[in-house]
Formats: sequence, structure tokens, C-alpha cells
Amino acid sequence: MSNSEPGGSEPSGSDSSGPVLSIRDAALHRGDRELWSGLDLDVAHGEFIAVLGPSGSGKTTLLRSILGLQQLSGGSIRVDGKSTRRGNPRIGYVPQQRMLAPDTSMRARDLVALGVHGTRFGFPLPRTGDRARVDRLLGAVGAEHYADRPVGLLSGGEQQRLRIGQALADKPSLLLCDEPLSGLDLANQRGITSIIDQQRREGAGVLFVTHDINPILGLVDRILYIAAGRFVLGTPDEVLQSRVLTELYGTPVFVLRAGDRLVVVGAPDAEGAHAHEDGDAA
Amino acid sequence: MIPQLNWGDIFSFQDYGELLALLSNSLIAGAVLGIVGGLIGVFVMQRDLAFAVHGVSELSFAGAAAALLFGGSVVVGSVAGALVAAILIGVLGAKARDRNSIVGVLMPFGLGLGILFLSLVEGRTANRFGLLTGQIVSVSNPDLGWLIGMSLVVLLGMLLMWHPLRFDSLDPESAAARGVPTRTVSLVFMVLLGLIVAVSVHIIGALLVMALLVTPAAAAMRISSGPVAVPVLSALFGFVAAVGGILLALAGSLPVSPYITTVSFLIYAGCWLTHRLKARVRRV
Repeated sequence: MSNSEPGGSEPSGSDSSGPVLSIRDAALHRGDRELWSGLDLDVAHGEFIAVLGPSGSGKTTLLRSILGLQQLSGGSIRVDGKSTRRGNPRIGYVPQQRMLAPDTSMRARDLVALGVHGTRFGFPLPRTGDRARVDRLLGAVGAEHYADRPVGLLSGGEQQRLRIGQALADKPSLLLCDEPLSGLDLANQRGITSIIDQQRREGAGVLFVTHDINPILGLVDRILYIAAGRFVLGTPDEVLQSRVLTELYGTPVFVLRAGDRLVVVGAPDAEGAHAHEDGDAA
Repeated sequence: MIPQLNWGDIFSFQDYGELLALLSNSLIAGAVLGIVGGLIGVFVMQRDLAFAVHGVSELSFAGAAAALLFGGSVVVGSVAGALVAAILIGVLGAKARDRNSIVGVLMPFGLGLGILFLSLVEGRTANRFGLLTGQIVSVSNPDLGWLIGMSLVVLLGMLLMWHPLRFDSLDPESAAARGVPTRTVSLVFMVLLGLIVAVSVHIIGALLVMALLVTPAAAAMRISSGPVAVPVLSALFGFVAAVGGILLALAGSLPVSPYITTVSFLIYAGCWLTHRLKARVRRV
């Protein structure tokens, strides 16, 4: 435990030259219907990739497959050069913000601590080094000043910072974010994205599922846009064009600029009738 | 006609020492159940399983009644019934909505089955409904040993998976993503819950198990939010309710259960008031 980086617990121990995430020929079926196939994606260290698309397009399933919680219908996924598996400490997962019950019996630091010892079976005795690790993680997400307050009394933005702190416990080389900004106000969206961007600058690859590209538009290197059984992959300028999205959806779609914001008009909200089968809500 | 109830029925401390010696094993069983019930209650609250506890207890009652009718061990019957219900709820009711409908279906079925079995049992009519409302005084010594042993198994199981269980109870999605075997953890938890419910059925009765498996945790959560303080307080409240209830019952000629449920309720009321007063002070 000599690593002094925020949240660091062990050196990354993998070669940092290859891609942090490598997906080859991935395919996803739902029932006997093919959602998409032939997906190749490499995420480099320090790369920020947004995943866009209507609900039911398989974004969440893609994340779950990378986490090893679900099987793809075809293809392979490697993280840091190794086949994906359940509970891979190289991956940090940031879920959607949901308010915790006000009477949740945990303080802010306990939520973060679950990232450190939450998978540990055996008598729940405190281990040396745990507290220092939790303190570092709280510092990394700017949560020191409410570390000892009950989580149920914190704001949505504060709770979400703690979830990121939890996800950073093992200094992951890949961050998977599933709509981490939904339900947050603008100031908190900025705070959260800047923490995630800080991790990216320190070398983590980021895969960021979202339905609104605007809060992260300035940070995104590439966009994976999945819709209507197809996908496009490219820089924001390449992908976010009326012509490209119209071709992708197979129906007229317009990308409009309103100041520095982008609005996609005409895109169907959900994919077919099975939109919510896997809880993939946009 | 107005029922006659004298203060002597509720409290009378004549021959208290002798009675205490007679009931020392019941007291130990009550103490252990109070502590373990209080601890598991914290997870029951966090996992939204209060209604499920009630469902499991009714099937446990049915199992015990079946054993009474067919001549098996009542403890084994209650454990079998509780485990069947707990595992069914655990496997079929991962989502809260599914779970509530499963419990809603199981509960009257179990209760009805139990009442049917009991009404077929001949003789000893006075004790017939002890399983529903508590009968710790009439539990035999070897059976008390079993109940204590089962409570200790539940305690050990809970402690050994404390962290993963807490993670899964708070945020199953993140827990799974980090590698907690959430399905196994949930299922093992339901088995532990089934065992402790079966123990409670013998001590305070199938209809009243919530007084030891839900109320103490709910009370603790009113006045604290620490990850150690809440379980410790909850265990303490459970202990006070169970042991206090039995000790008070010794001084009267009424059943044990109402004393336990009343103490448990008073603790909750006290915590609720404390919480309200604190909130008011903070606002002023």
C-alpha cells in the first residue's frame, strides 16, 4: 500500500501501451432478434468515449458484458489485454444516480469504503490501511468535508461523488459510467464530469453511456452511436451530423446547434417494442 | 361481562427467584434471539423484507403445526416451513414487486394450512395456538438448545458475509459490478432469515415475529446512522425487549409475548420521540 496516488491501492501491473479495452466482432441478440453485430472498439488509455443511442439499443448490456455480468451473443472483450471476468478490479463502474433513503445507516465514508472492503468475506474487522485508502478516495472526489455525514442527508450530486470514489478504489484503468449525470443539476454535472476527466488525464480509459452529449461534448474523443441495429463510431464532428444520423436511423434526423449546445431532433426515443426488457432506460 | 384483570396478573414478584431458575434456559434463548434478531433486522429493513418476514413466519407456523399433527419434531417442522418460504421468496422475488405478490399469496395459504392442521390435532386445546402467539415457557429444554444453536449459526453466517451483504443490500448493481456474488449472498441471507424466523416463532409466536426482527432495527435507524452504531443499538434493543419481556412476564400470570412486543414498541416510540425532538431543536 505504498502507492500515493489518490485512491491507489496497487500498481496497475499491466502494460499501458495496448488498449485498455478491446472489443472484437461483438454481437448482441435479444430473443431471436439481432440488435447489432460486428462491433469492434478499442479504447486507449486516457481516451474518453461516449456511447449514445435510444433506450433498448443495448448500451447497458454492452457495459454489463464488459463487467462480465452478461454474455455477448458473439465476439470477445478484453480489458487490459485479459479476457473479461466478473469482479475485475481493473474496471470501475459508476452507476446512475439514485437517491438513497434518508434513513440509510451509512456515513459518506462508509459508502466509499464499500469499494475497498465491500467484496471481502470474513469477519468484518477493520484492516490497517483501509481508513487511509478511504480518506484518499474521499479527497480524490472532493468529499472530505462531508465524509462523516449520513449519506441519506446528502444531495444527489454529493452522493454521486461518493459512488465515483467507490468505483476508484482499486485505481481502475477503465471507467464504465452508466448515465452518471442523469437527475443532476448543471453545477453538479460539471463537478462529476471534471472528476471523471481527471481520471482520464491520469490514464484511465472512459466509456460513458449517456442520452445527453452536451455536458461532456468538450471532453469526448470519440462517440459510439448505436441505433436501429447499426452503429457508427467516430469523432463528435464525424458522428453528430444530420446526414450520418439520418443514415443510421434510416429516418430523417436533424442535428441542430443552439449556441454551444447540440440538439438531435427526430430520433425515435426507443428501439422497437422491447425497449425496456433489460432495464436499459435512457 | 367485564373480564377480570388484577394487577397481580400483570406484576407479582412473589417466588420470583424460583421462577427465574426454572426459566433460565428460556432467558438465554430469548437473549440470543433478541441480539441476532436485532442484527438481522438491520438488513431486513435495508432490503425491504419486512413483509417477507411475515410471510416466512406464517409458513413456519404451518410447518410446526404439521409436525404437531403428524407427530414430528415441532422445531424441525417450523424450520422446514420457514426455509421453503424463504428460499421461494429469495428465488422468485428478486424484485420488490414480485416479492410482495409472492408473500401476499404465501401468507394466507400458510396461515390457513397451519390452522387446518391445528384444528385436527386432538387434545391440549389450551396450548393449541401457542405457535401463533408465543409459548416459550412450554418449549422443552432440548428444543431450547436447538433454538439457541440455530441463532448462533445465523449470527456466524451474518458476520462472515457482513461486508458483501451490506454492499448488496445498499446497491446490488454496483455490488455485482465489483464482483460480489449477489445471487448467492441474497439466497444465503434468505436461508439465515428463515432460520431466525423459525426460532422466533417458538419464542414469541408466528404473528409477532416482527417485534424482534423489524421493530428494534427500525428504532435504531430512527436515532442513529452509523454503520456500527445502528447494528449495535438494534441488537441491544432486541436484547432488552426479549429479556425484559420474559423477566416481566415472570412476575405475572400472562403470556410472555405481549410483554416482549410492548417493550419493543415502547423502545421504538422512545426513539421516534427522540428523533422528533432532535429535529425540532435543529430547526430552532
